[in-house]
Amino acid sequence: MASDTLDVPYVARLARLNLSAAETAEFQSQLGQILEYVQAIRGVDVTGVEPTAHAIRVQNVFRDDVPAEGLAMEWILANAPQQADNQFMVPRIVE
Amino acid sequence: MGSLNTLTVRQAVSQLERGLCSSEELVRDVLAARAAGDGAIHGYLQVDAESALAAAQKADAARAKGAGGRLLGVPVAVKDILNVAGQACRCGSKILEGYVSPYDATAVARLRAEGAVFLGRTNMDEFGMGSSNENSAYGPTHNPWNPAHVPGGSSGGSAAVVAADMALCALGSDTGGSVRQPASFCGCTGLKPSYGRISRFGLTAYASSLDQVGPLVKDVEDAALLLGVMAGVDPHDSSSVDVPVGDYAAACRSSLKGLRVGLPREYFVAGLAPAVEKAIQAAIAECRALGAEVTDVSLPHTSVAIPTYYIIATAEASANLARFDGVRYGNRAADAEDVLDLYGKTRAQGFGPEVKRRIILGTYVLSSGYHDAYYVKAQQVRTLIRRDFEEAFKTCDVLLTPVAPTAAYKLGEKTADPLQMYLGDIFTVPASLAGICGLSVPCGFTPDGLPIGLQVLGPAFGEAAVLRAGGAYQAATDWHLRRPSRRGQA
Repeated sequence: MASDTLDVPYVARLARLNLSAAETAEFQSQLGQILEYVQAIRGVDVTGVEPTAHAIRVQNVFRDDVPAEGLAMEWILANAPQQADNQFMVPRIVE
Repeated sequence: MGSLNTLTVRQAVSQLERGLCSSEELVRDVLAARAAGDGAIHGYLQVDAESALAAAQKADAARAKGAGGRLLGVPVAVKDILNVAGQACRCGSKILEGYVSPYDATAVARLRAEGAVFLGRTNMDEFGMGSSNENSAYGPTHNPWNPAHVPGGSSGGSAAVVAADMALCALGSDTGGSVRQPASFCGCTGLKPSYGRISRFGLTAYASSLDQVGPLVKDVEDAALLLGVMAGVDPHDSSSVDVPVGDYAAACRSSLKGLRVGLPREYFVAGLAPAVEKAIQAAIAECRALGAEVTDVSLPHTSVAIPTYYIIATAEASANLARFDGVRYGNRAADAEDVLDLYGKTRAQGFGPEVKRRIILGTYVLSSGYHDAYYVKAQQVRTLIRRDFEEAFKTCDVLLTPVAPTAAYKLGEKTADPLQMYLGDIFTVPASLAGICGLSVPCGFTPDGLPIGLQVLGPAFGEAAVLRAGGAYQAATDWHLRRPSRRGQA
């Protein structure tokens, strides 16, 4: 994997992020440089080294299953761009 | 206008307790300082004067009835990334325009439980992504020492309002240096606690394995006070750790005698600005004179910390920011045809260029075929970086380093080249990756009068050690007492 290519329009589709032609061109060149720079980690010998996913060793944290008060629904729905009948409204999903 | 805004938190508490001032007077002085000075600085995004005054009056009434609270009536400014119930929380982004927090972040709730009054929201790089505050969707903050220069980032607004005496203290968050570097650029004190020391509940997530809440304050003892209030395990954040909260105030008053101080040689290299190197060397000499035992140490993986950080942080950001889709909160694109169109357009309109860049990079390093080569490899290198620190802390109590290679640069100087901007994070990201704690304290000025910060790094949950070193240093020096408003009078 000597020279990976970052196909900006393809990755932007994966990220659900519409980009203008100007943004696409700018990011293509900037991210190309950044990607070249981060290749530096390729040279590091990590044979047998465990990955660190968290800085501290996180294990499953359990709590007693006791019902507690949650946030009021009105507060949550108050931030919705569009809502009706205690539900979030979105445009058509299926035909 | 009075001058209560220039007090430290401890001085304010003492005056309030002795009846020398009221919380209302305190808040009025802070609001007046903000009205007079923030036009040139733009440290605040929003101040709710009316509700802050009402809360101050309530605190005064409670005190009159004999109520206590370690921060009763003390105004606190909050970075726009932490939720304060009933206030806006836009994270410096257009995508969260109109959002009102339905709840308090745990860090905020703990301050509130001690009587703190919440003044308003401070400016920041969008979602914490940036080192200069130029990535705020609402316009940059300016450095109070010289408005042509940046305040640092991403907690630049919090650092600037504290340095300019437009707040007594502020909350920030630090993912790769976002508390320490702006503290250094603005000449205030900033603490990044160990990962897990303060709950992240209610802190809008940028990179979840790195994010920490931290205070920006006028001296080390105030950092200790706020840390003591905010620290501790929280059932709402399973990554918060149940390690006892130390007596941080006592730690600040200990001497440096016998403290083992390491100097990582990889942090004293070409690229360090001469004025910064000179100030750091002088600070090291001061610590030696105060009784610290200084030795050289090595952190061999320092040079790969930035690539490691920008892979891990962007990967986590791409996942965390997927929640901003225009469905449940924030801005929604108006003309979407279907739900996919809604996501794509909402995010196109709502996010700024740096956030988009990081989402693209992060999505790429997590995508099929590249995940192992980038993301997993970066996590393995992260282990090596963590081990470097563990090794160093076998023979040292703390490490002393610069916070950043330079003092604050000019606005616009690095915006065209994101990679150059990233390289400025070289001395702060390794500690973030290792999850250890770090403190930034003022230690000098450039010939142009811009502040320089000294970084004190300690092991995970070694906050008492960094506060001890920082406290003893500040007891012997007066850099932290300098203010932009009193420039030339020192």
